[in-house]
Amino acid sequence: MLKSTTPTVVGSETKAKTKHRTFSLNAKDKYYAVLFLGPSLLILSVFVFYPMLRTLYISMFLTNTLGKTTVFNGLGNYTDLLGSPEYIASLGSTLVYVFAVTVLTVGIGLLLANLASKRLPGIGIFRTLYSVTMGVSVSVAAIFWLFIFNPSTGFFALLSNMLGLPVLNWLTDPTMAMWAVIITTVWMNLGFTFLILLGAISAVPTTLYEAASIEGASERRQFFKITVPMISPTLFFVSTITLIEGFKSFGLIDLITKGGPTNSTNMLVYRIYKDAFYSGNYAQASSEAIILTVIIAFFTFLQFKFLEKRVNY
Amino acid sequence: MISTNKPSRLNKIVSYTLLLLLAFVILAPFFIGIWTSFLPTMEIAKGNFMSTDLSLNNYVSAFTKTPILRYLGNSLVVSVLTMAAQLVFCSMSAYAFVFLKFKYRNAIFVLFLITMMLPFEAEIIPNFTTVKNLGMLDHYSVLLIPFLTSAFGTFMLRQAFMQTPSELKEAADIEGLNHFQFYWNIVLPYNKVSLITLGAYSFLGAWNQYLWPMLTTFSNNSRLIQNGLRQLQSEETFNDWGMIQASAAIIVIPTILVLFIGQHYFKSGMNEGAVK
Repeated sequence: MLKSTTPTVVGSETKAKTKHRTFSLNAKDKYYAVLFLGPSLLILSVFVFYPMLRTLYISMFLTNTLGKTTVFNGLGNYTDLLGSPEYIASLGSTLVYVFAVTVLTVGIGLLLANLASKRLPGIGIFRTLYSVTMGVSVSVAAIFWLFIFNPSTGFFALLSNMLGLPVLNWLTDPTMAMWAVIITTVWMNLGFTFLILLGAISAVPTTLYEAASIEGASERRQFFKITVPMISPTLFFVSTITLIEGFKSFGLIDLITKGGPTNSTNMLVYRIYKDAFYSGNYAQASSEAIILTVIIAFFTFLQFKFLEKRVNY
Repeated sequence: MISTNKPSRLNKIVSYTLLLLLAFVILAPFFIGIWTSFLPTMEIAKGNFMSTDLSLNNYVSAFTKTPILRYLGNSLVVSVLTMAAQLVFCSMSAYAFVFLKFKYRNAIFVLFLITMMLPFEAEIIPNFTTVKNLGMLDHYSVLLIPFLTSAFGTFMLRQAFMQTPSELKEAADIEGLNHFQFYWNIVLPYNKVSLITLGAYSFLGAWNQYLWPMLTTFSNNSRLIQNGLRQLQSEETFNDWGMIQASAAIIVIPTILVLFIGQHYFKSGMNEGAVK
Protein backbone atom coordinates (compact mmCIF):
# COMPACT_ATOMS: atom_id res chain seq x y z
CA MET A 1 0.00 0.00 0.00
CA LEU A 2 2.73 2.35 1.08
CA LYS A 3 5.00 1.69 -1.83
CA SER A 4 2.28 2.56 -4.28
CA THR A 5 1.31 5.76 -2.44
CA THR A 6 4.71 7.40 -2.20
CA PRO A 7 5.55 7.88 -5.89
CA THR A 8 2.13 9.31 -6.82
CA VAL A 9 2.34 11.75 -3.94
CA VAL A 10 5.78 12.94 -4.95
CA GLY A 11 4.75 13.00 -8.60
CA SER A 12 2.23 15.81 -8.27
CA GLU A 13 4.62 18.24 -6.66
CA THR A 14 4.31 22.00 -7.19
CA LYS A 15 6.48 24.35 -5.25
CA ALA A 16 4.09 27.26 -4.77
CA LYS A 17 1.46 24.90 -3.43
CA THR A 18 3.90 23.39 -0.95
CA LYS A 19 4.62 26.57 0.93
CA HIS A 20 1.03 27.58 1.15
CA ARG A 21 -0.19 24.20 2.36
CA THR A 22 2.50 23.76 5.00
CA PHE A 23 1.68 27.15 6.41
CA SER A 24 -2.03 26.61 6.57
CA LEU A 25 -1.62 23.17 8.15
CA ASN A 26 0.47 24.56 10.98
CA ALA A 27 -1.98 27.32 11.65
CA LYS A 28 -4.78 24.82 11.96
CA ASP A 29 -2.73 22.48 14.15
CA LYS A 30 -4.26 23.61 17.40
CA TYR A 31 -7.79 22.78 16.24
CA TYR A 32 -6.61 19.38 15.12
CA ALA A 33 -4.82 18.96 18.46
CA VAL A 34 -8.10 19.48 20.31
CA LEU A 35 -9.81 16.93 18.08
CA PHE A 36 -7.05 14.32 18.22
CA LEU A 37 -6.04 14.70 21.84
CA GLY A 38 -9.31 15.81 23.40
CA PRO A 39 -11.00 12.40 23.88
CA SER A 40 -7.94 10.80 25.51
CA LEU A 41 -7.30 13.80 27.71
CA LEU A 42 -10.92 13.84 28.89
CA ILE A 43 -10.93 10.15 29.82
CA LEU A 44 -7.58 10.37 31.59
CA SER A 45 -8.67 13.47 33.50
CA VAL A 46 -11.85 11.87 34.78
CA PHE A 47 -10.50 8.39 35.50
CA VAL A 48 -6.83 8.95 36.31
CA PHE A 49 -5.89 12.50 37.33
CA TYR A 50 -9.00 13.40 39.29
CA PRO A 51 -9.14 10.12 41.28
CA MET A 52 -5.43 10.36 42.07
CA LEU A 53 -5.79 13.85 43.50
CA ARG A 54 -9.01 12.88 45.23
CA THR A 55 -7.33 9.83 46.81
CA LEU A 56 -4.48 12.02 48.03
CA TYR A 57 -7.03 14.46 49.48
CA ILE A 58 -9.07 11.77 51.24
CA SER A 59 -5.89 10.23 52.63
CA MET A 60 -5.38 13.38 54.71
CA PHE A 61 -8.83 13.30 56.34
CA LEU A 62 -10.91 11.03 58.47
CA THR A 63 -13.98 9.63 56.73
CA ASN A 64 -17.38 8.35 57.77
CA THR A 65 -18.76 5.03 56.53
CA LEU A 66 -20.25 6.72 53.46
CA GLY A 67 -16.79 7.84 52.41
CA LYS A 68 -17.45 11.53 53.21
CA THR A 69 -14.48 13.37 54.64
CA THR A 70 -15.02 14.62 58.19
CA VAL A 71 -11.94 15.87 60.07
CA PHE A 72 -8.59 16.95 58.64
CA ASN A 73 -5.97 14.51 59.86
CA GLY A 74 -2.81 15.70 58.09
CA LEU A 75 -0.37 12.83 57.78
CA GLY A 76 -2.08 11.06 60.66
CA ASN A 77 -3.37 8.21 58.50
CA TYR A 78 0.12 7.57 57.19
CA THR A 79 1.78 7.56 60.60
CA ASP A 80 -0.98 5.28 61.89
CA LEU A 81 -0.39 2.87 59.02
CA LEU A 82 3.37 2.80 59.32
CA GLY A 83 3.02 2.26 63.07
CA SER A 84 0.56 -0.59 62.65
CA PRO A 85 2.19 -4.03 62.89
CA GLU A 86 -0.58 -5.42 60.72
CA TYR A 87 0.18 -3.05 57.86
CA ILE A 88 3.92 -3.59 58.18
CA ALA A 89 3.26 -7.35 58.02
CA SER A 90 1.20 -6.81 54.89
CA LEU A 91 3.98 -4.73 53.34
CA GLY A 92 6.45 -7.46 54.33
CA SER A 93 4.44 -10.28 52.78
CA THR A 94 4.03 -8.23 49.61
CA LEU A 95 7.79 -7.76 49.41
CA VAL A 96 8.43 -11.48 49.95
CA TYR A 97 5.86 -12.33 47.28
CA VAL A 98 7.15 -9.79 44.76
CA PHE A 99 10.77 -10.77 45.31
CA ALA A 100 10.09 -14.52 45.01
CA VAL A 101 7.87 -14.08 41.97
CA THR A 102 10.39 -11.86 40.16
CA VAL A 103 13.41 -14.06 40.86
CA LEU A 104 11.60 -17.27 39.93
CA THR A 105 9.86 -15.87 36.86
CA VAL A 106 12.98 -14.32 35.37
CA GLY A 107 15.22 -17.22 36.43
CA ILE A 108 13.03 -19.97 35.02
CA GLY A 109 12.13 -17.83 32.00
CA LEU A 110 15.81 -17.40 31.24
CA LEU A 111 16.46 -21.12 31.58
CA LEU A 112 13.59 -21.90 29.20
CA ALA A 113 14.58 -19.21 26.71
CA ASN A 114 18.21 -20.35 26.68
CA LEU A 115 17.20 -23.97 26.08
CA ALA A 116 14.69 -23.04 23.39
CA SER A 117 17.15 -20.79 21.59
CA LYS A 118 19.23 -23.81 20.53
CA ARG A 119 19.03 -24.76 16.91
CA LEU A 120 17.64 -28.24 17.23
CA PRO A 121 15.12 -29.98 15.00
CA GLY A 122 11.59 -29.56 16.35
CA ILE A 123 12.54 -26.68 18.63
CA GLY A 124 9.60 -24.66 17.31
CA ILE A 125 7.18 -27.00 19.08
CA PHE A 126 8.87 -26.35 22.41
CA ARG A 127 8.85 -22.60 21.81
CA THR A 128 5.10 -22.74 21.29
CA LEU A 129 4.53 -24.99 24.30
CA TYR A 130 6.59 -22.79 26.63
CA SER A 131 4.63 -19.69 25.69
CA VAL A 132 1.28 -21.37 26.27
CA THR A 133 0.54 -19.83 29.68
CA MET A 134 0.20 -16.45 27.94
CA GLY A 135 -3.27 -17.64 26.95
CA VAL A 136 -4.29 -18.39 30.53
CA SER A 137 -6.33 -15.85 32.46
CA VAL A 138 -6.33 -15.39 36.25
CA SER A 139 -9.48 -17.35 36.93
CA VAL A 140 -8.44 -20.33 34.81
CA ALA A 141 -4.98 -20.42 36.40
CA ALA A 142 -6.57 -20.23 39.83
CA ILE A 143 -8.97 -23.10 39.10
CA PHE A 144 -6.25 -25.37 37.69
CA TRP A 145 -3.98 -24.76 40.65
CA LEU A 146 -6.70 -24.79 43.31
CA PHE A 147 -7.47 -28.30 42.20
CA ILE A 148 -3.80 -29.27 42.38
CA PHE A 149 -3.45 -27.76 45.87
CA ASN A 150 -6.77 -29.08 47.20
CA PRO A 151 -5.95 -30.95 50.45
CA SER A 152 -8.52 -33.74 50.10
CA THR A 153 -8.93 -34.50 46.41
CA GLY A 154 -6.11 -32.46 44.89
CA PHE A 155 -3.34 -33.68 42.69
CA PHE A 156 -0.53 -32.95 45.17
CA ALA A 157 -2.44 -34.72 47.93
CA LEU A 158 -2.97 -37.72 45.67
CA LEU A 159 0.70 -37.78 44.71
CA SER A 160 1.80 -37.54 48.35
CA ASN A 161 -0.52 -40.39 49.30
CA MET A 162 0.81 -42.55 46.49
CA LEU A 163 4.40 -41.91 47.52
CA GLY A 164 3.59 -42.30 51.21
CA LEU A 165 4.56 -38.71 51.98
CA PRO A 166 2.68 -36.42 54.39
CA VAL A 167 0.03 -34.26 52.69
CA LEU A 168 0.96 -30.58 52.85
CA ASN A 169 -1.67 -28.05 53.87
CA TRP A 170 -1.18 -25.86 50.85
CA LEU A 171 -4.11 -23.55 51.48
CA THR A 172 -4.48 -23.61 55.26
CA ASP A 173 -0.89 -23.14 56.39
CA PRO A 174 0.20 -19.46 56.18
CA THR A 175 3.63 -20.17 54.65
CA MET A 176 2.33 -22.78 52.24
CA ALA A 177 -0.52 -20.52 51.15
CA MET A 178 2.01 -17.84 50.24
CA TRP A 179 3.89 -20.43 48.17
CA ALA A 180 0.67 -21.51 46.52
CA VAL A 181 0.08 -17.93 45.33
CA ILE A 182 3.73 -17.51 44.30
CA ILE A 183 3.77 -20.75 42.27
CA THR A 184 0.54 -19.90 40.48
CA THR A 185 1.75 -16.38 39.65
CA VAL A 186 5.11 -17.61 38.34
CA TRP A 187 3.40 -20.23 36.20
CA MET A 188 1.09 -17.57 34.72
CA ASN A 189 3.98 -15.15 34.10
CA LEU A 190 6.25 -17.67 32.40
CA GLY A 191 4.77 -17.58 28.89
CA PHE A 192 5.22 -13.85 28.42
CA THR A 193 8.65 -13.67 30.08
CA PHE A 194 9.87 -16.63 28.06
CA LEU A 195 8.83 -15.04 24.74
CA ILE A 196 10.46 -11.70 25.52
CA LEU A 197 13.72 -13.33 26.65
CA LEU A 198 13.75 -15.71 23.69
CA GLY A 199 13.47 -12.72 21.37
CA ALA A 200 16.42 -11.05 23.09
CA ILE A 201 18.61 -14.17 23.00
CA SER A 202 17.83 -14.75 19.31
CA ALA A 203 19.07 -11.24 18.58
CA VAL A 204 22.54 -11.87 20.03
CA PRO A 205 24.97 -12.13 17.05
CA THR A 206 25.96 -15.77 16.50
CA THR A 207 29.51 -14.71 15.64
CA LEU A 208 30.09 -14.03 19.34
CA TYR A 209 29.35 -17.66 20.19
CA GLU A 210 31.39 -18.93 17.27
CA ALA A 211 34.41 -16.96 18.43
CA ALA A 212 33.97 -18.21 21.99
CA SER A 213 33.67 -21.82 20.81
CA ILE A 214 36.90 -21.53 18.86
CA GLU A 215 38.60 -20.39 22.03
CA GLY A 216 37.15 -23.41 23.79
CA ALA A 217 34.71 -21.63 26.11
CA SER A 218 32.22 -24.08 27.65
CA GLU A 219 28.52 -23.63 27.09
CA ARG A 220 28.00 -22.58 30.68
CA ARG A 221 30.74 -19.97 30.30
CA GLN A 222 29.21 -18.72 27.05
CA PHE A 223 25.87 -18.37 28.79
CA PHE A 224 27.22 -16.26 31.63
CA LYS A 225 29.84 -14.31 29.66
CA ILE A 226 27.91 -13.68 26.44
CA THR A 227 24.18 -14.36 26.68
CA VAL A 228 23.47 -12.79 30.06
CA PRO A 229 25.44 -9.55 29.52
CA MET A 230 24.12 -9.14 25.97
CA ILE A 231 20.49 -9.42 27.03
CA SER A 232 20.86 -7.51 30.30
CA PRO A 233 18.63 -4.62 29.12
CA THR A 234 15.82 -7.10 28.41
CA LEU A 235 16.45 -8.85 31.72
CA PHE A 236 16.08 -5.50 33.44
CA PHE A 237 12.90 -4.78 31.50
CA VAL A 238 11.17 -8.08 32.32
CA SER A 239 12.28 -7.85 35.95
CA THR A 240 10.75 -4.41 36.48
CA ILE A 241 7.55 -5.39 34.63
CA THR A 242 7.22 -8.52 36.79
CA LEU A 243 7.96 -6.50 39.92
CA ILE A 244 5.36 -3.84 39.12
CA GLU A 245 2.70 -6.41 38.23
CA GLY A 246 3.56 -8.25 41.46
CA PHE A 247 2.86 -5.19 43.58
CA LYS A 248 -0.51 -4.82 41.83
CA SER A 249 -1.55 -8.48 42.32
CA PHE A 250 -5.17 -8.92 43.23
CA GLY A 251 -7.03 -11.51 41.16
CA LEU A 252 -5.05 -14.60 42.09
CA ILE A 253 -5.06 -13.68 45.77
CA ASP A 254 -8.81 -13.18 45.77
CA LEU A 255 -9.31 -16.49 43.96
CA ILE A 256 -6.82 -18.67 45.82
CA THR A 257 -6.50 -17.46 49.42
CA LYS A 258 -8.73 -14.37 49.90
CA GLY A 259 -5.85 -12.81 51.79
CA GLY A 260 -5.70 -15.62 54.33
CA PRO A 261 -4.97 -17.71 56.22
CA THR A 262 -4.47 -15.28 59.14
CA ASN A 263 -3.72 -12.43 56.74
CA SER A 264 -0.56 -14.15 55.48
CA THR A 265 -1.38 -13.25 51.86
CA ASN A 266 -3.23 -10.00 52.57
CA MET A 267 -1.11 -7.94 50.20
CA LEU A 268 -1.27 -4.24 49.36
CA VAL A 269 -4.04 -4.11 46.75
CA TYR A 270 -6.13 -6.71 48.53
CA ARG A 271 -5.92 -4.64 51.70
CA ILE A 272 -7.03 -1.49 49.90
CA TYR A 273 -10.05 -3.36 48.56
CA LYS A 274 -10.92 -4.87 51.95
CA ASP A 275 -10.41 -1.69 53.96
CA ALA A 276 -12.46 0.41 51.56
CA PHE A 277 -15.25 -1.85 50.41
CA TYR A 278 -15.62 -4.21 53.39
CA SER A 279 -14.68 -2.09 56.41
CA GLY A 280 -15.71 1.25 54.92
CA ASN A 281 -12.47 2.81 56.12
CA TYR A 282 -11.95 4.99 53.06
CA ALA A 283 -9.37 7.30 54.61
CA GLN A 284 -7.06 4.46 55.58
CA ALA A 285 -7.56 2.71 52.24
CA SER A 286 -6.71 5.95 50.45
CA SER A 287 -3.45 6.31 52.37
CA GLU A 288 -2.63 2.71 51.46
CA ALA A 289 -3.40 3.54 47.82
CA ILE A 290 -1.00 6.49 47.91
CA ILE A 291 1.75 4.34 49.41
CA LEU A 292 1.18 1.77 46.64
CA THR A 293 1.33 4.55 44.06
CA VAL A 294 4.65 5.81 45.41
CA ILE A 295 6.16 2.31 45.23
CA ILE A 296 4.93 1.69 41.69
CA ALA A 297 5.84 5.18 40.48
CA PHE A 298 9.37 4.63 41.78
CA PHE A 299 9.89 1.41 39.81
CA THR A 300 8.21 2.76 36.68
CA PHE A 301 10.41 5.84 36.84
CA LEU A 302 13.47 3.63 37.17
CA GLN A 303 12.39 1.79 34.06
CA PHE A 304 11.82 5.01 32.09
CA LYS A 305 15.26 6.29 33.05
CA PHE A 306 16.82 3.05 31.97
CA LEU A 307 14.95 2.86 28.67
CA GLU A 308 15.86 6.47 27.94
CA LYS A 309 19.53 5.66 28.46
CA ARG A 310 19.22 2.67 26.21
CA VAL A 311 17.63 4.70 23.43
CA ASN A 312 20.38 7.33 23.57
CA TYR A 313 22.95 4.60 23.61
CA MET B 1 34.80 -28.82 21.06
CA ILE B 2 31.29 -27.74 21.91
CA SER B 3 29.56 -25.29 19.67
CA THR B 4 26.05 -23.90 19.99
CA ASN B 5 25.54 -24.30 16.28
CA LYS B 6 26.45 -27.95 16.05
CA PRO B 7 25.61 -29.59 19.37
CA SER B 8 27.28 -32.93 20.03
CA ARG B 9 25.20 -36.07 20.34
CA LEU B 10 25.35 -36.21 24.13
CA ASN B 11 24.55 -32.53 24.28
CA LYS B 12 21.50 -33.14 22.10
CA ILE B 13 20.21 -35.93 24.32
CA VAL B 14 20.63 -33.78 27.43
CA SER B 15 18.91 -30.84 25.73
CA TYR B 16 15.93 -32.85 24.53
CA THR B 17 15.50 -34.49 27.92
CA LEU B 18 15.48 -31.13 29.63
CA LEU B 19 13.18 -29.62 27.00
CA LEU B 20 10.67 -32.45 27.37
CA LEU B 21 10.82 -32.46 31.15
CA LEU B 22 10.20 -28.71 31.38
CA ALA B 23 7.41 -28.86 28.79
CA PHE B 24 5.80 -31.58 30.87
CA VAL B 25 5.99 -29.52 34.08
CA ILE B 26 4.59 -26.40 32.41
CA LEU B 27 1.77 -28.26 30.73
CA ALA B 28 0.90 -30.48 33.73
CA PRO B 29 -1.75 -28.10 35.14
CA PHE B 30 -3.50 -28.14 31.74
CA PHE B 31 -3.37 -31.92 31.46
CA ILE B 32 -4.68 -32.39 34.98
CA GLY B 33 -7.41 -29.79 34.49
CA ILE B 34 -8.56 -31.07 31.14
CA TRP B 35 -8.38 -34.72 32.17
CA THR B 36 -10.54 -34.12 35.25
CA SER B 37 -13.01 -32.14 33.15
CA PHE B 38 -13.99 -35.46 31.54
CA LEU B 39 -14.36 -37.32 34.84
CA PRO B 40 -17.54 -37.54 36.94
CA THR B 41 -17.24 -35.35 40.06
CA MET B 42 -17.94 -38.38 42.26
CA GLU B 43 -14.83 -40.13 40.98
CA ILE B 44 -12.73 -36.98 41.48
CA ALA B 45 -14.02 -36.65 45.04
CA LYS B 46 -12.99 -40.23 45.75
CA GLY B 47 -9.53 -39.47 44.41
CA ASN B 48 -10.15 -42.02 41.67
CA PHE B 49 -8.04 -40.22 39.15
CA MET B 50 -7.42 -43.10 36.81
CA SER B 51 -11.11 -43.73 36.25
CA THR B 52 -12.00 -44.55 32.66
CA ASP B 53 -15.53 -43.26 33.07
CA LEU B 54 -14.85 -40.38 30.67
CA SER B 55 -17.67 -38.30 29.23
CA LEU B 56 -18.65 -34.83 28.09
CA ASN B 57 -21.30 -34.56 30.82
CA ASN B 58 -19.41 -31.83 32.68
CA TYR B 59 -19.35 -29.73 29.52
CA VAL B 60 -23.05 -30.26 28.94
CA SER B 61 -23.88 -29.17 32.47
CA ALA B 62 -21.52 -26.17 32.27
CA PHE B 63 -23.33 -24.97 29.16
CA THR B 64 -26.87 -25.78 30.29
CA LYS B 65 -26.84 -25.19 34.05
CA THR B 66 -24.61 -22.11 34.28
CA PRO B 67 -24.62 -18.71 32.53
CA ILE B 68 -21.10 -19.33 31.20
CA LEU B 69 -22.10 -18.49 27.62
CA ARG B 70 -23.51 -15.17 28.77
CA TYR B 71 -20.27 -14.41 30.67
CA LEU B 72 -18.21 -15.33 27.62
CA GLY B 73 -20.37 -13.13 25.40
CA ASN B 74 -20.04 -10.20 27.83
CA SER B 75 -16.28 -10.57 27.95
CA LEU B 76 -16.02 -10.83 24.19
CA VAL B 77 -18.11 -7.70 23.59
CA VAL B 78 -16.29 -5.65 26.21
CA SER B 79 -12.82 -6.79 25.09
CA VAL B 80 -13.46 -6.16 21.39
CA LEU B 81 -14.94 -2.72 22.06
CA THR B 82 -12.09 -1.78 24.41
CA MET B 83 -9.57 -2.86 21.81
CA ALA B 84 -11.28 -0.88 19.03
CA ALA B 85 -11.59 2.24 21.18
CA GLN B 86 -7.98 2.11 22.31
CA LEU B 87 -6.74 1.66 18.75
CA VAL B 88 -8.65 4.76 17.68
CA PHE B 89 -8.03 7.06 20.64
CA CYS B 90 -4.43 6.04 21.37
CA SER B 91 -3.43 6.40 17.74
CA MET B 92 -5.14 9.81 17.57
CA SER B 93 -3.37 11.15 20.63
CA ALA B 94 -0.08 9.62 19.50
CA TYR B 95 -0.57 11.36 16.15
CA ALA B 96 -1.08 14.68 17.92
CA PHE B 97 2.18 14.29 19.85
CA VAL B 98 4.19 13.44 16.75
CA PHE B 99 2.70 15.42 13.87
CA LEU B 100 0.93 18.42 15.40
CA LYS B 101 2.55 21.52 16.77
CA PHE B 102 0.61 23.17 19.57
CA LYS B 103 1.14 24.98 22.82
CA TYR B 104 1.98 22.89 25.90
CA ARG B 105 2.62 19.80 23.77
CA ASN B 106 5.57 18.69 25.90
CA ALA B 107 3.80 19.47 29.15
CA ILE B 108 0.82 17.36 28.11
CA PHE B 109 3.13 14.57 27.02
CA VAL B 110 4.81 14.57 30.42
CA LEU B 111 1.32 14.33 31.93
CA PHE B 112 0.75 11.17 29.86
CA LEU B 113 4.06 9.74 31.07
CA ILE B 114 3.09 10.43 34.67
CA THR B 115 -0.20 8.62 34.07
CA MET B 116 1.76 5.48 33.23
CA MET B 117 3.24 5.56 36.73
CA LEU B 118 -0.14 5.65 38.47
CA PRO B 119 -1.69 2.23 39.14
CA PHE B 120 -5.41 2.01 38.42
CA GLU B 121 -5.73 -0.20 41.51
CA ALA B 122 -4.88 2.81 43.68
CA GLU B 123 -7.69 4.89 42.19
CA ILE B 124 -10.63 2.56 42.61
CA ILE B 125 -12.21 4.44 45.52
CA PRO B 126 -12.97 7.78 43.79
CA ASN B 127 -13.59 5.97 40.49
CA PHE B 128 -16.22 3.82 42.12
CA THR B 129 -17.95 6.95 43.44
CA THR B 130 -17.75 8.55 39.99
CA VAL B 131 -19.36 5.67 38.13
CA LYS B 132 -21.96 5.27 40.84
CA ASN B 133 -22.92 8.94 40.56
CA LEU B 134 -23.06 8.64 36.77
CA GLY B 135 -25.44 5.68 37.13
CA MET B 136 -23.09 3.38 35.24
CA LEU B 137 -22.95 0.52 37.77
CA ASP B 138 -23.70 -2.97 36.48
CA HIS B 139 -23.71 -1.84 32.88
CA TYR B 140 -21.33 -2.43 29.97
CA SER B 141 -20.42 1.27 30.01
CA VAL B 142 -18.74 0.97 33.40
CA LEU B 143 -16.40 -1.66 31.96
CA LEU B 144 -15.70 0.36 28.84
CA ILE B 145 -15.61 4.10 29.45
CA PRO B 146 -12.66 4.26 31.88
CA PHE B 147 -10.60 2.20 29.40
CA LEU B 148 -11.39 3.91 26.11
CA THR B 149 -7.81 5.15 25.96
CA SER B 150 -4.53 4.37 27.66
CA ALA B 151 -1.39 6.35 28.29
CA PHE B 152 0.69 3.27 27.65
CA GLY B 153 -0.91 2.72 24.24
CA THR B 154 -0.39 6.36 23.33
CA PHE B 155 3.23 6.19 24.39
CA MET B 156 3.86 2.98 22.47
CA LEU B 157 2.29 4.32 19.27
CA ARG B 158 4.07 7.65 19.63
CA GLN B 159 7.41 5.81 19.67
CA ALA B 160 6.35 3.94 16.53
CA PHE B 161 4.93 6.99 14.71
CA MET B 162 8.18 8.86 15.32
CA GLN B 163 9.88 6.33 13.05
CA THR B 164 7.65 7.33 10.12
CA PRO B 165 10.03 8.67 7.44
CA SER B 166 9.84 12.46 7.21
CA GLU B 167 9.65 12.21 3.40
CA LEU B 168 6.17 10.76 3.81
CA LYS B 169 5.05 13.81 5.75
CA GLU B 170 6.65 16.15 3.23
CA ALA B 171 5.06 14.28 0.37
CA ALA B 172 1.68 14.43 2.08
CA ASP B 173 2.01 18.17 2.59
CA ILE B 174 2.84 18.60 -1.08
CA GLU B 175 -0.12 16.50 -2.07
CA GLY B 176 -2.22 18.70 0.16
CA LEU B 177 -3.48 15.98 2.46
CA ASN B 178 -5.05 17.30 5.62
CA HIS B 179 -4.22 15.76 8.98
CA PHE B 180 -7.16 13.37 8.92
CA GLN B 181 -6.17 12.05 5.51
CA PHE B 182 -2.50 11.72 6.44
CA TYR B 183 -3.40 9.97 9.71
CA TRP B 184 -5.87 7.58 8.13
CA ASN B 185 -4.30 6.85 4.73
CA ILE B 186 -0.62 6.88 5.57
CA VAL B 187 0.31 6.81 9.25
CA LEU B 188 -2.08 4.03 10.29
CA PRO B 189 -1.27 1.62 7.42
CA TYR B 190 2.43 2.31 7.80
CA ASN B 191 2.32 1.34 11.49
CA LYS B 192 0.18 -1.77 11.05
CA VAL B 193 2.48 -3.98 13.13
CA SER B 194 2.45 -1.66 16.14
CA LEU B 195 -1.31 -1.35 15.89
CA ILE B 196 -1.71 -5.13 15.88
CA THR B 197 0.54 -5.34 18.93
CA LEU B 198 -1.47 -2.72 20.79
CA GLY B 199 -4.69 -4.43 19.71
CA ALA B 200 -3.56 -7.77 21.15
CA TYR B 201 -2.34 -6.07 24.30
CA SER B 202 -5.53 -4.12 24.94
CA PHE B 203 -7.76 -7.09 24.13
CA LEU B 204 -5.92 -9.31 26.61
CA GLY B 205 -5.90 -6.50 29.17
CA ALA B 206 -9.67 -6.18 29.00
CA TRP B 207 -10.16 -9.96 28.94
CA ASN B 208 -8.10 -10.36 32.11
CA GLN B 209 -9.70 -7.49 34.08
CA TYR B 210 -10.66 -8.67 37.51
CA LEU B 211 -10.82 -6.10 40.31
CA TRP B 212 -12.77 -3.34 38.56
CA PRO B 213 -15.52 -5.57 37.08
CA MET B 214 -15.81 -7.33 40.42
CA LEU B 215 -16.56 -4.00 42.11
CA THR B 216 -18.88 -2.60 39.48
CA THR B 217 -20.98 -5.47 38.13
CA PHE B 218 -23.42 -7.57 40.12
CA SER B 219 -25.68 -9.37 37.69
CA ASN B 220 -25.19 -11.99 35.02
CA ASN B 221 -26.18 -9.40 32.39
CA SER B 222 -22.86 -7.62 32.69
CA ARG B 223 -20.63 -10.00 34.64
CA LEU B 224 -17.42 -10.89 32.80
CA ILE B 225 -15.98 -14.35 32.47
CA GLN B 226 -13.16 -13.99 35.03
CA ASN B 227 -15.58 -12.97 37.73
CA GLY B 228 -18.19 -15.36 36.41
CA LEU B 229 -15.89 -18.32 37.00
CA ARG B 230 -15.32 -17.15 40.55
CA GLN B 231 -19.07 -16.88 40.96
CA LEU B 232 -19.58 -20.46 39.72
CA GLN B 233 -16.88 -21.71 42.02
CA SER B 234 -18.26 -20.02 45.12
CA GLU B 235 -21.91 -20.86 44.38
CA GLU B 236 -21.32 -24.59 44.38
CA THR B 237 -22.12 -25.87 47.85
CA PHE B 238 -20.03 -28.94 47.42
CA ASN B 239 -17.38 -28.27 44.85
CA ASP B 240 -18.48 -29.76 41.57
CA TRP B 241 -14.91 -30.04 40.39
CA GLY B 242 -15.75 -31.79 37.16
CA MET B 243 -17.99 -28.97 35.98
CA ILE B 244 -15.64 -26.25 37.23
CA GLN B 245 -12.72 -27.79 35.33
CA ALA B 246 -14.93 -28.07 32.25
CA SER B 247 -15.79 -24.35 32.52
CA ALA B 248 -12.09 -23.49 32.80
CA ALA B 249 -11.35 -25.65 29.75
CA ILE B 250 -14.15 -23.98 27.77
CA ILE B 251 -12.46 -20.63 28.37
CA VAL B 252 -8.84 -21.60 27.96
CA ILE B 253 -9.03 -23.72 24.82
CA PRO B 254 -10.25 -20.96 22.44
CA THR B 255 -7.79 -18.45 23.95
CA ILE B 256 -4.88 -20.77 23.36
CA LEU B 257 -5.98 -21.47 19.80
CA VAL B 258 -6.25 -17.73 19.14
CA LEU B 259 -2.82 -17.26 20.70
CA PHE B 260 -1.22 -19.88 18.46
CA ILE B 261 -2.80 -18.47 15.33
CA GLY B 262 -1.95 -14.95 16.51
CA GLN B 263 1.65 -15.89 17.18
CA HIS B 264 2.01 -17.25 13.69
CA TYR B 265 0.47 -14.11 12.21
CA PHE B 266 2.47 -11.89 14.55
CA LYS B 267 5.74 -13.53 13.52
CA SER B 268 5.07 -12.96 9.84
CA GLY B 269 4.04 -9.40 10.70
CA MET B 270 7.35 -8.86 12.44
CA ASN B 271 9.26 -10.17 9.45
CA GLU B 272 7.31 -7.88 7.18
CA GLY B 273 8.20 -4.99 9.46
CA ALA B 274 11.87 -5.91 9.36
CA VAL B 275 11.98 -6.06 5.56
CA LYS B 276 10.31 -2.68 5.31
